[in-house]
Amino acid sequence: MARLNSTSDLEELRQGILSQRDPTKPCITICSGTGCHAYGSENVAAAFRTEIEHQGLAEQIDIRRTGCHGFCERGTLVVIFPEEICYCNVQPKDVAEVVAQTARGNVVERLLYTDAATGEKVVHEHEIPFYKYQTRLVLGNNTKLDPKSIDDYLALGGYSALAKALLQMTPEQVLEEVKKANLRGRGGGGFPAGRKWETSRNAPDEIKYVIVNADEGDPGAYMDRSLMEGNPHSVLEGLVIAGYAIGSHEGYIYVRQEYPLAVENVTMAIRQAEEYGLLGEDILGSGFDFKIKVHRGAGAFVSGESSALMTAIEGRVGEPRPKYIRTAIKGIWDRPSNLNNVETWANVPLIINHGADWFSSIGTEGSKGTKIFSLVGKVNNTGLVEVPMGLTLKEIIYNIGGGIPKGKRFKAVQTGGPSGGCIPESLIDTPVDFDQLTKLGSMMGSGGMIVMDEDTCMVDVAKYFLDFLADESCGKCVPCREGIKRMLEILTDITEGRGKEGDIELLEELAEVIRDVSLCALGATAPNPVLSTLRYFRDEYEAHIAEKRCPAYVCKALVSYYIEPDKCQACMICLRNCPAEAISGTKNQIHVIDQSKCTKCGTCFDVCPPRFGAVKRLSGEPVPAAPTAKERVLARSK
Amino acid sequence: MVIEVDKVDKVDQIIDQYAGEEGVLIQVLLDVQREFNWIPNDVIKRISERLQIPISQIYRVASFYKAMSLTPVGRHLVQVCLGTACHVRGGPKVLDKAEQMLDIKAGDTTKDMKFTLQRVNCLGCCALGPVMVIDGEYHGKLPVAKVEEILESYD
Repeated sequence: MARLNSTSDLEELRQGILSQRDPTKPCITICSGTGCHAYGSENVAAAFRTEIEHQGLAEQIDIRRTGCHGFCERGTLVVIFPEEICYCNVQPKDVAEVVAQTARGNVVERLLYTDAATGEKVVHEHEIPFYKYQTRLVLGNNTKLDPKSIDDYLALGGYSALAKALLQMTPEQVLEEVKKANLRGRGGGGFPAGRKWETSRNAPDEIKYVIVNADEGDPGAYMDRSLMEGNPHSVLEGLVIAGYAIGSHEGYIYVRQEYPLAVENVTMAIRQAEEYGLLGEDILGSGFDFKIKVHRGAGAFVSGESSALMTAIEGRVGEPRPKYIRTAIKGIWDRPSNLNNVETWANVPLIINHGADWFSSIGTEGSKGTKIFSLVGKVNNTGLVEVPMGLTLKEIIYNIGGGIPKGKRFKAVQTGGPSGGCIPESLIDTPVDFDQLTKLGSMMGSGGMIVMDEDTCMVDVAKYFLDFLADESCGKCVPCREGIKRMLEILTDITEGRGKEGDIELLEELAEVIRDVSLCALGATAPNPVLSTLRYFRDEYEAHIAEKRCPAYVCKALVSYYIEPDKCQACMICLRNCPAEAISGTKNQIHVIDQSKCTKCGTCFDVCPPRFGAVKRLSGEPVPAAPTAKERVLARSK
Repeated sequence: MVIEVDKVDKVDQIIDQYAGEEGVLIQVLLDVQREFNWIPNDVIKRISERLQIPISQIYRVASFYKAMSLTPVGRHLVQVCLGTACHVRGGPKVLDKAEQMLDIKAGDTTKDMKFTLQRVNCLGCCALGPVMVIDGEYHGKLPVAKVEEILESYD
């Protein structure tokens, strides 16, 4: 493979790749992101390969495995280019038909998305409501390229921003452009990337580092993973451009070991870029040298914190340190180290290509561009969504997410991961940007958006996050190590019926101390889930404490299940499904739950046919006495 | 304890890949974990000799990270996702059932070394929640009532 030594070399290569590709030739793309992988996309892809061979169509139809398309709810996703015909829930058994019909230029109706509102079939990907309301600037190429092929990335214009930055702009101009675009860090706090870059650039050391933070540890968030797995070159390109602007010649990619495909794809991408001379010495003949190393993280949430991450890169335990001097000035081995998360880096080539004015025309006053969210939880269309900053929560959850499943009522949305908070229904019209979410006591975080319905207990959610944080606290500073534990104990008491007057006030007091005196952001933001639920759902805490009642019927110690004798039709369904064998009865005998055996899993409640609705959940009230043997005989009206 | 020769060779091979690099301990331990499925005592000693890092420091790193295990892992690794999405969709009930059935707590291994049960904080396939993964095989949208049947299908 020839090294590229100039912009014209790059353009020549690009034209060469494009000239060998026929844009009208059908290409079957199979999503191989984590969600689709879990649905078995491997088998679907294998079936396509076999079937195309079998039908003798290898010359007529191309096939491509891509990264995450985003619409995880309907995996395995298959999109046929160039028309972008989108097939949902594709199974290996569907493959032969898809291949045959694609060869004839036909569409397989039954695999198309059906619009729930109109009942109509939707042919093209961009017409599906889930995609229609998105602006997929960063994520969009995921559907169009094989992450293991640098040629695919080049065919889409890849590395043109790098060429532009290195050969037509000075480092100062690149920095100014990013500052002017007001690109804010997508990893959590939303600190302006350009300002951070400038700090590192101006730091006196000769050796500086730039780092990709791909230690995405927020439960329920997988945006960065999908970018790293699906379009690794866009991240590399952004990183090299920043290296040039900052005056750094060495980059690190800190990626979780738990994301093996991301490790594999980015490692391969680095090798390919090196072969083309897009990494290494004298990149594109510009005289600029830059190399990248991959460092695997070993599974510690706190190691995503900037100073902890840098300590881990040095090979030590990834714990944070006091940041009297910022990592942008003294980071890895005490040298200036600029850290941004994956999504931030992937935005950089866009800004260089299209300019700061274009970028800042998207979004709100204080938050420019788009943001990727993982929209998950109690929502119809689980998936990755990318929207312009400023779209409201309602638009995201209802227009894109398709609302709440099973006709349940929306209760809250949790943003910002364990550092964030819960936003109630009354504030659902809030436009989503960095500042608005902070104002509501939550935060943008890296982009987790977990939808909760009426069956979610907010005290339990707060406890869940504290449990997570107590486990992940590194233990270095006392307020975080001990404080979170104490808060968790109080919450556990509340959810198990031992709550007492004064608990809420004590929680608030502890929260304040932990927030103010913890060493790093993990501790400082740890009370947020409790504070935000207290702010909007205080009545739920009070019900747990005063009435020993869990309004959402979640906290097991406060909930009982009971079969109403006059409604039970002795159908045996609950009895057969009970995993604890706690239900007794026969075909003619009304069923009864043995409260001492019941594990309160709720299976009986879920499986009892709605037309009977005999299983009742109780909380804050005693379980009525079971019917006598005589009363249990069912008189069938036949 | 006498360390077997081929074990020494493997550990040495892993360490040699990183010759001349700084700060490689975590990377070495991750490779060891992948090779042996856990980090045995004698291997820690070998790493200590080769990298000239005190055993105590290696222990500290190996006990800090979730991806490293200082005890052997069972034949089947059962991971129950308790990411936020799975949590609100009933993941805890799945974990309860698995704990009850295997008679161990999350993080432990059954006495017969058949199963190791782990709770994990998000596997990135939230559309399938609640989800349980056994040896890389996904069991998604999992009703509690099916947990037993699935676990029993492994031998």
